[in-house]
Amino acid sequence: MMPILLIPLLPLLGFLIVGIFWPYFKGKGHLIALPLVTLSWAIATVEFFKSFTAPPSLTLVYDWIRSGHLDVGISLQYDHLAAVMLFMVTTVAMLVHLYTIGYMHGDSGYDRFFAYISLFTFSMIMLVLSDNLVEMFIFWEAVGLCSYLLIVHWYERRPSWLAANKAFIMNRVGDFGFLLGIFLAYTVFGSVRFAEIFPAMGAHLHDTVNLAAAFQGSWNVPVLDVIALLLFLGAVGKSAQIPLHPWLPDAMEGPTPISALIHAATMVTAGVFMIARMNPLYNAAPFALHVVAWTGAITAIVAATIALTQPDIKKIVAYSTMSQLGYMVMVCGLGGYGAGIFHLLTHGAFKALLFLGAGSVIHSLSGEQDVFRMGGLRKYVGLTFATMLIGSLALSGIPPFAGYYSKDLILVTAYQQGPLGQMLWLIGVLTAVLTAFYSFRLLFLVFGGKERFHSEGHGHAVHPHESPLTMTIPLLVLSIATVFAGWAGEHYGILQYLSQELPLPHTGEGAGGFSENALKGLSVAGGLLGILMAWALYGKESAIPGALAKNFSFFYKVSLHKWYFDELYDAVFVRPSFAIGRLFWQELDKGVIDGIVNGVATFFRSSGGGLRRLQSGQIQNYAMAMAIGAFGLVAFYLFFNRL
Amino acid sequence: MVPLSWYVALSAVMFVTGLVGVLIRRNIVVVLLCIEIMLNAVNINFVAFSDYLHLIDGQIFVFFVITVAAAEVAIGLGIIISLFRLRESVNMDDYNLLKL
Repeated sequence: MMPILLIPLLPLLGFLIVGIFWPYFKGKGHLIALPLVTLSWAIATVEFFKSFTAPPSLTLVYDWIRSGHLDVGISLQYDHLAAVMLFMVTTVAMLVHLYTIGYMHGDSGYDRFFAYISLFTFSMIMLVLSDNLVEMFIFWEAVGLCSYLLIVHWYERRPSWLAANKAFIMNRVGDFGFLLGIFLAYTVFGSVRFAEIFPAMGAHLHDTVNLAAAFQGSWNVPVLDVIALLLFLGAVGKSAQIPLHPWLPDAMEGPTPISALIHAATMVTAGVFMIARMNPLYNAAPFALHVVAWTGAITAIVAATIALTQPDIKKIVAYSTMSQLGYMVMVCGLGGYGAGIFHLLTHGAFKALLFLGAGSVIHSLSGEQDVFRMGGLRKYVGLTFATMLIGSLALSGIPPFAGYYSKDLILVTAYQQGPLGQMLWLIGVLTAVLTAFYSFRLLFLVFGGKERFHSEGHGHAVHPHESPLTMTIPLLVLSIATVFAGWAGEHYGILQYLSQELPLPHTGEGAGGFSENALKGLSVAGGLLGILMAWALYGKESAIPGALAKNFSFFYKVSLHKWYFDELYDAVFVRPSFAIGRLFWQELDKGVIDGIVNGVATFFRSSGGGLRRLQSGQIQNYAMAMAIGAFGLVAFYLFFNRL
Repeated sequence: MVPLSWYVALSAVMFVTGLVGVLIRRNIVVVLLCIEIMLNAVNINFVAFSDYLHLIDGQIFVFFVITVAAAEVAIGLGIIISLFRLRESVNMDDYNLLKL
């Protein structure tokens, strides 16, 4: 299947050419990277439409490890799940490549940036096409590496590299779990290939593993639950679920195209994709599935509450990403993998749109990110406003935009899964209200009201200007996708299409109560309520937000300080780590180890210094020593008669 | 007939004289001469024992020693001249290049 091989190969080629020869491009790196990615997108699109009728394919590219029972190949598994993911990934990647031309124009690292986003596109495509856990893990790490390299793009700025390190280290925690999960899966199933693991699931349903064996204890738990939870830990890190989420908002220090591509549309959804891909495992691990569902729901609501008060435009969108990822993880935890992937796809479109729109706003104000220093931008950047309005409406779940179809599908699916599902459904609806509220708070603050960007700070006049065509075309294309993706998904039956890999959830008992239409109406009403509240508070100048912040200062502070996660981790992990590090540095390394090393050196130096006096450089002294030695030997022989 | 011990005693006196000269004199030319005295003390030993043991080998060795001594003097004097040009001195104490 040559065409499928070309999909990852073309961005890789782009990375190699631009990456190796980047000093020679001098701001022309897009001439190589963009056409190659576009070609890759074209092939992915053609293959996507072919996949409706064509059977799934599996291509072995490279037989990597073959040792005993271990058989790891770099393969391309192209099925319906991979097809829709590839279509979304390459589309967003291509548009972000285009957008970058305008956004990063004149940046000193322009060509390097193109090399890395091409590398990222390649890694993400390979991650989606993996047919075994090891291959998935390799590219799972590769996208993490690209994320690091791109967050740290402006490496002279301290916040950039702090954020990049944070992202990398936090993901290490998750990836550690992922790796352990792979080991355990290999121990249990004797294979890392999906095609061999999934059919073997039934035989291990009642296997247990003793987690306390190392302490001579006995704590037997179902082994499938353990594998699923360990793999899920990787997803928690990658998809920024609580408690491994704080890296995602910080990652907004990177350039905005990266936030759109990596930290909204593609890489952070890898966790959700992994859960969907591993769905036979999760379906066989009911406890793990509960954990997944609750983690997703808690992340969704917590992130939404944080987004309410953030002043930074990109952080608001970042927390909304986290919240939407929570939705996807939640519905996966309830067995609705298809609904999760559907939301992943539509979210990829409208969240990339929102990020690129936010980038356009930042660009038009020459780098301002504080929404309280914007306002009234509607008449300056009309196109950006229109597209962001569409994106926000989609995010709020207002029909007929994409978010309405996918989010309502998630909520309906959740509601039909019995009492647990209904509890999570309630959290989901609450989150939907908050989502609509903070989305439109952002819109009203940025585009409506008075112009606040003249007033303070900069010292020089700011003239907002609409972004160049390379930036507005991606916005338009994504707007169109945002308008139609949800409708198309429902109209052409994406769930049935995906059911080849993702079985439809069983409708739980006691699904009564509201009918499907009533549920949809309810969540739309929730979205409208949120928009209305935003309009009441921020639609025009009003004293209500300030008063609310003062009267509910506890809640306001918790939200503003992101539930104090950073402070907590700082106190529990960062400071003790630094303290231990300083202890080992000052006491152990400088005291003990340096003491031994320096002591040995001092001994030899001082004894050498003493012996050096013998070496006078006077030949006669040496001759004297020789003579004394010779006489000594002769005398010894004479007196003792032996040598 | 002179007994062997007299030759050996003469040889010992000459050897020690040469050795002491090497060790205590500072003039490098004198040191070279003292080395010659030590070599000749050895020669006397060789000849004396050759006569005493009725073996001709010792006397042949003497020729070798004389040859080596001649070569040594030639090279030694060459080195001394070169050292003198370097240091403008024949005093051994000034030749301390081996010292750090």
